[in-house]
Amino acid sequence: MGSWAHFPHEADIGVIGRGPTKAEAFRQAALALTAVMTDPAMVRRVETVPITCHAASDDLLLLEWLNTLIYEMAVRGMMFGDFDVEIADGELRATAHGEPVDVERHEPAVEVKGATFTALEVRQGPDGWRAQCVVDV
Amino acid sequence: MDTTSLVRKSDHEWWIPPAGDMRVPGVIYGSEALVRDMDEKVREQVMHVAMLPGIQRASYAMPDAHWGYGFPIGGVAAFDPREGGVVSAGGVGFDISCGVRTLHTRLTTEEVEPIKTRLAQELSRSVPAGVGSHGRIHLDERELDAMLEGGAQWAVERGYGVDADLDRIEERGRAAGAAPSAVSPRARHRQQDEMGTLGSGNHYLELQRVADVYDDGVARAFGLAIDDVVVSIHCGSRGLGHQIGTEFLRDMAAAAPRFGIVLPDRELACAPVDSEIGQRYLGAMRAGINCALANRQIITHLVRKAFATVAPGATLTLLYDVSHNTCKLETHSVDGTEKQVFIHRKGATRSLGPGDADLPPGFRDVGQPVLIGGTMGTASYILVGTRESERLSFSSSCHGAGRAMSRSQALRTWKGRQVVDELAARGIIVRSPSSRGVAEEAPGAYKDVSAVVDAAHAAGLSRKVARLVPLVCVKG
Repeated sequence: MGSWAHFPHEADIGVIGRGPTKAEAFRQAALALTAVMTDPAMVRRVETVPITCHAASDDLLLLEWLNTLIYEMAVRGMMFGDFDVEIADGELRATAHGEPVDVERHEPAVEVKGATFTALEVRQGPDGWRAQCVVDV
Repeated sequence: MDTTSLVRKSDHEWWIPPAGDMRVPGVIYGSEALVRDMDEKVREQVMHVAMLPGIQRASYAMPDAHWGYGFPIGGVAAFDPREGGVVSAGGVGFDISCGVRTLHTRLTTEEVEPIKTRLAQELSRSVPAGVGSHGRIHLDERELDAMLEGGAQWAVERGYGVDADLDRIEERGRAAGAAPSAVSPRARHRQQDEMGTLGSGNHYLELQRVADVYDDGVARAFGLAIDDVVVSIHCGSRGLGHQIGTEFLRDMAAAAPRFGIVLPDRELACAPVDSEIGQRYLGAMRAGINCALANRQIITHLVRKAFATVAPGATLTLLYDVSHNTCKLETHSVDGTEKQVFIHRKGATRSLGPGDADLPPGFRDVGQPVLIGGTMGTASYILVGTRESERLSFSSSCHGAGRAMSRSQALRTWKGRQVVDELAARGIIVRSPSSRGVAEEAPGAYKDVSAVVDAAHAAGLSRKVARLVPLVCVKG
């Protein structure tokens, strides 16, 4: 299975998703995005939001994916705690699972403004796929 | 940063001579210690900005410069459209027109101390802050357009403040040339319920005491005296600005090759000022500036209401409002010629000196208040713009402390409760919905704002007037 991590940036924070498939790496990167704000394990699966993104390249698709999640969480006042992700032919189809922000339980630390080109990379290596970038907080 | 590779022009001015594709030199302002502590990425980013078409004089970095996106945070650059000059979404950043405004309360520390706790409670109750918080104002499409066109002027017309406030805001509270039609449906949607909200991260609302005065004459002109209590608000254009930044970064990065622009870093996303996308960005970005100005104006109204409940005798008047992340058309002297140029200030404050025609009459003799935000445990500063800053940095100065430690490291180092208790023991009340947020914003996670301000003063970018220390801090 995949995993996620953060990496340091002087003012902000980097998110990394890793997985055996590109879709899993993207799912893990999304979990890393949530983890910038709150512990993903604290987010209940109460509502689902369908998401579709397109882009001309894998790295731009990652940017589009994360920015769409940032937008959907902002306008819905939600936190997403898990994701089902499929990627085919430059199109990402996903379902985001989450619930309305609960300030006491989630203790959201900071809202993410946007995903950036900084350290943006989607790559397949010997250990599987890695999807990463810095997000502005 | 390795200072041996820089050319030291004076104690606080360091040059990177043009090399490779650089069209102009890089100039970094700061003490030796500050410049040494800057990341090598700052040098790289200053050099990248110097490669952009139409850049004038130099690519500048202020004493608080740190690693940003494309441009360094603390970066200043001017572009002339008649020389193919560009406008850059990366050069303004995600939080368009993030800035600081400071209000006089006309109360002294002695008067505030007995009501400090109640004020903290009322302020944190009145001003929505933190992730997922919504304002109490919902804007329909027509009102959203009016707000994006009118900025703080719109807010005052709707009853959020008084006309006199506008005299103390850059451009009287309204960026001309805003194009609400250039703001996407997503950006508009993101803002509909966010007016009058503080946001999160390093944004704050503080009650502060004037702890030191360095220049009596200018402090008097600014209406400041030792032990006065002021309110400072640090926030920006909220979701609307973030969405505009996100979309134009993507679209300008994709469009750059069409204009023959080679981007050394995609985050420098830019387009010629005179291009369709360049003009569209300027229209949207100015709407973003107006959104930030309207937002700070509404928060000012909420702060006044909170004071009216707890301290009915207080009269809150605006000292000044400055924006940090902007691109503005200004006239500056370049090689002895007056030119209209597009100045990008990314994490930098305008610093107009005495005599500048753009200053309100009350400040024309002394210069512009330059408001520098600190952390909840250290200090903030008020400086004044200088005449020489025009020559040094297109009339720009620093904007704050800048982080010294990543958020993850801060979270490993401190607990929110511990930070709140330590500050309480020093008489500083912190109100925040997020304990984790407080830990990530711990004062120790930031650089020494005093060193930054001293360097800006010594370099002549702006001059120290007063030091403010926090009494109450409301964080998102």
